[in-house]
Amino acid sequence: MQQGFHMENFKRRSRYILVFAVLLAAFLAITVLNINTGNVDISVPEILRILFHGTGGTTEYNIIWKIRLPRILMAAILGGALSLSGFMLQTFFENPIAGPFVLGISSGAKMMVALTMIYFLGRSRSVSSYTLIAAAFLGSLLTIGFILLFSRRLHHMATLLVAGIMVGYICSAVTDFVITFAEDSDIVNLHGWSQGSFSGMSWSNVAVASAVVAATLLITFFLSKPIGAYQLGEAYAQSMGVNIKAFRVALILLSSILSACVTAFAGPISFVGIAVPYLIKRCLNTSRPLVVIPGTFLGGGVFCMLCDLIARTAFAPLELNISTVTSIFGAPIVIFMMLKRQKGRQ
Amino acid sequence: MADYHLKMDNLSVGYNGKPLIRDINIGISKGEIVTLIGPNGSGKSTILKSITRQLKLIAGMVVFDRESIGEMSYKALSTRMSVVLTERMKPELMTCHDIVATGRYPYTGRLGILNREDEEKVEEAMRAVCAEDLGARDFNNISDGQRQRVLLARAICQDPEIIILDEPTSFLDIRHKLELLSILRNMAKQKQITVIMSLHEIDLAQKISDKILCVKGEWISHFGRPDEIFKEEIIRELYDIDNGFFDPCFGSIELPGPAGTPKILVLSACGTGIPVYRRLQKEQIPFAAAILYKNDIDYRLARLLAAEVVAEEPFREIGDEAFSRALSLVESCEAVFDAGVEIGPCNRRLSELFSEAERQGKLRKLRHEVLE
Repeated sequence: MQQGFHMENFKRRSRYILVFAVLLAAFLAITVLNINTGNVDISVPEILRILFHGTGGTTEYNIIWKIRLPRILMAAILGGALSLSGFMLQTFFENPIAGPFVLGISSGAKMMVALTMIYFLGRSRSVSSYTLIAAAFLGSLLTIGFILLFSRRLHHMATLLVAGIMVGYICSAVTDFVITFAEDSDIVNLHGWSQGSFSGMSWSNVAVASAVVAATLLITFFLSKPIGAYQLGEAYAQSMGVNIKAFRVALILLSSILSACVTAFAGPISFVGIAVPYLIKRCLNTSRPLVVIPGTFLGGGVFCMLCDLIARTAFAPLELNISTVTSIFGAPIVIFMMLKRQKGRQ
Repeated sequence: MADYHLKMDNLSVGYNGKPLIRDINIGISKGEIVTLIGPNGSGKSTILKSITRQLKLIAGMVVFDRESIGEMSYKALSTRMSVVLTERMKPELMTCHDIVATGRYPYTGRLGILNREDEEKVEEAMRAVCAEDLGARDFNNISDGQRQRVLLARAICQDPEIIILDEPTSFLDIRHKLELLSILRNMAKQKQITVIMSLHEIDLAQKISDKILCVKGEWISHFGRPDEIFKEEIIRELYDIDNGFFDPCFGSIELPGPAGTPKILVLSACGTGIPVYRRLQKEQIPFAAAILYKNDIDYRLARLLAAEVVAEEPFREIGDEAFSRALSLVESCEAVFDAGVEIGPCNRRLSELFSEAERQGKLRKLRHEVLE
């Protein structure tokens, strides 16, 4: 028997290693592909020279360093953040379909960001990324607060989601309303952003986002032990020594920070938060947070980079909203997932 | 007094600040099995949840090894108390081994990685509940009986001094109920682990527990050893049973017997009457039973089911009083069933009864023959 478990452990570990290796390979491949494709063709040797020697034609240099690279990194960082936020919300609500978009958290953040932008731009002042993140964070917390109020009364999983979707609609309506009445100059800025996009990212954006996300990721990773306990249910977690109140607050704050950060920079992005954690858990064949947390983050990054690549290139020079692409890939996964759950129940 | 392992001190428990059960004062010694019994909704779970700190205490305190549970940290408590709860755990993609391993949570480091000693404890716990072969199975794809065993293994490998179980035998078939309870019994006695649990099966509660706690709405109606608790009146009052009867000797519950003037007289001894009584009860035919010695197993059931029982003190010859009563029953009943009686020196007067019944043409022998 002893031998059996060791064998089992070995098999598991090999599986983890394989999945992470594939994810990393995909990450690198998509990065290269992303740098390589676009309206301006740049050859691979040229790219390498630009990346490692910082030389080359000025236009190409600018395209790569100022446009494509920050955009790729941002897609990776924010995609990871979004997926991780979804994973935490699913743990929190004990509901596999919970996610920042479905629960209306992204929309709440979007509304606050829109209001903040209009306020500042209306006074012709520039807005710092930190202010936007703070606004988005506030919006996220407000929406989660609402949903928690609902969930106190409605214990049913479906009603929780309906509540989230309704809150999301209300926030979107408010956002649309203020955009309609905003000044022309603001609209250009706001419109693309409120649909979700990774375009127009700067290096300072990257710096801020990576700092915020890295810190949150690290804290979350070190919470994987209580997250694992919480997966058995609140009562069991408590009996295992988890301080439930503090833990719940931490989980909500961390997932809000992550989804706020995403919304502040790239607007609302749908389905990533549900589809990626699901896929990663299936691939790893475990829900152990210790491996699922890094796996989800990496997987989310790869998924968003791929979606962004498609958004950029599918109908070039036209660019699709990132949510259009993530929905096309993400929604079927979610439907599949629900069908599968239904089957498991029967 | 100070030696109690767990003590409830003027404890009031309930939800949202409203007390449901007041003033519980109970002491439990180390290694004891204490079972909470009582009707549905009486508050058994409320008490258990208060001990495990899932619910805030309304008043009083729970003292665990001289320390108030309310003042212990969750972490400190987790190395000493483990639980098996009623709520269905629905973990995702976890094997039974993973579930049991979560019991080691309080002992692992920051990232929760199990070391060799933890792994050994996990395997030991799985062996204790005979679940070694379940290790690699998905927890969601095993039977209820297996699930409860795995959850018990999880509680065991948390290395507790006390285990709290909320209705651990629900959903289990009789074999698995017995299996689970005997595991608990062994564990409590060998490792001196205190067990507090709630059970619906009072017959099992009687057999496994050292102490019984009767919970009935607002108060604790009784607390004591099973032999003190399992009395007809106490159980009847606890569950408000008036249409059924409880036999404290075997812990069995009987449906009420058919009432009315007896139509059939059953003559039996040493258990031969029991199937006949049950059959008559199902047909709702009132019957009398005679002449039973009070130490006869037939007597125990006849007492609960028969409209009339003619009894005699053990090991005596059948007296005149009992005999004449039986004789008049032969007279008044429509039929006399002979379920099979060994006639010896003490009960030889029975043969007189048989011949009287025969003479009246009422006697029917049921020996080796199916009742029609």
